[in-house]
Amino acid sequence: MYSSKEYAEHVKKTSPRSPVLKNSVKAFFVGGAICALGQALFFIYLNFADEKEAQLFVTVTLIAAAAFLTGLGIFNKIARFAGAGTLVPVTGFANSVVSPAIDNKKEGFILGLGPKIFTVAGPVILYSVLSGALYGIILYAVEVFKKLS
Amino acid sequence: MEIFIKIATAFLVGGAICFAVQIVIDKTALTPARILVFLVVGGVLLGAVGLYDKIYSFAGCGISVPLIGFGGNIAKTVRESVLSSGLSGIITAPVTAAAGGIGASLFFAFINALIFRGRPKRISGKKKNPQPESF
Repeated sequence: MYSSKEYAEHVKKTSPRSPVLKNSVKAFFVGGAICALGQALFFIYLNFADEKEAQLFVTVTLIAAAAFLTGLGIFNKIARFAGAGTLVPVTGFANSVVSPAIDNKKEGFILGLGPKIFTVAGPVILYSVLSGALYGIILYAVEVFKKLS
Repeated sequence: MEIFIKIATAFLVGGAICFAVQIVIDKTALTPARILVFLVVGGVLLGAVGLYDKIYSFAGCGISVPLIGFGGNIAKTVRESVLSSGLSGIITAPVTAAAGGIGASLFFAFINALIFRGRPKRISGKKKNPQPESF
């Protein structure tokens, strides 16, 4: 007879791992690695910049790396494996800007690359700026209300 | 040692966010563009309620490297700017906070578009019907 604990272990061992779990584990390790790399870079940059600048340089470095790997065609291979692991960090945003830029260059620089570069970046910029402004309005209203009361 | 712990925390927190988002992608089939928009708006929301700063203080790049950080940074800049200079911050602060990420992305996208050519779609790794570059 199995104890319930042994049974749970047995089920775990014999049942096929669901692709959702497998994908998520891959995303965890790749995404975690990118964030860890960012944190390591942050400590390096702290040697010659203040915290705010170091944070900016980390973002710029990761974007530059993602952009170059996208150009080489390596980014897509990693992304196919990692899923959200490369999409969620700022690398995913960079890829969504670089990829249409390269693909639509032959449609022309002004009306091909120009608008297509914002295919994904456009909505991201729009809704982040909008929600930021909305937060600002609420904050301002609260401040005014505080002063009145 | 302290540095090592900080890097490990960034790994765990950043990994956990990616883990969670991957589940959402697999269960709902949301497109990447929507995921990115939700992440960045979620970041603004986290920043607005003050959670983002708390997570950032221990997780560092674990929360700031994911696109949530983009939104969190916007909320932080908006707050500082509205409290110090009032109304004008509502309009300028969100764009100011986003400037680094947008500027770098556009700059490196253009450079790489100059260097690289769009690659024709390959079928199962073999070069079938190589497409003409231009007509």
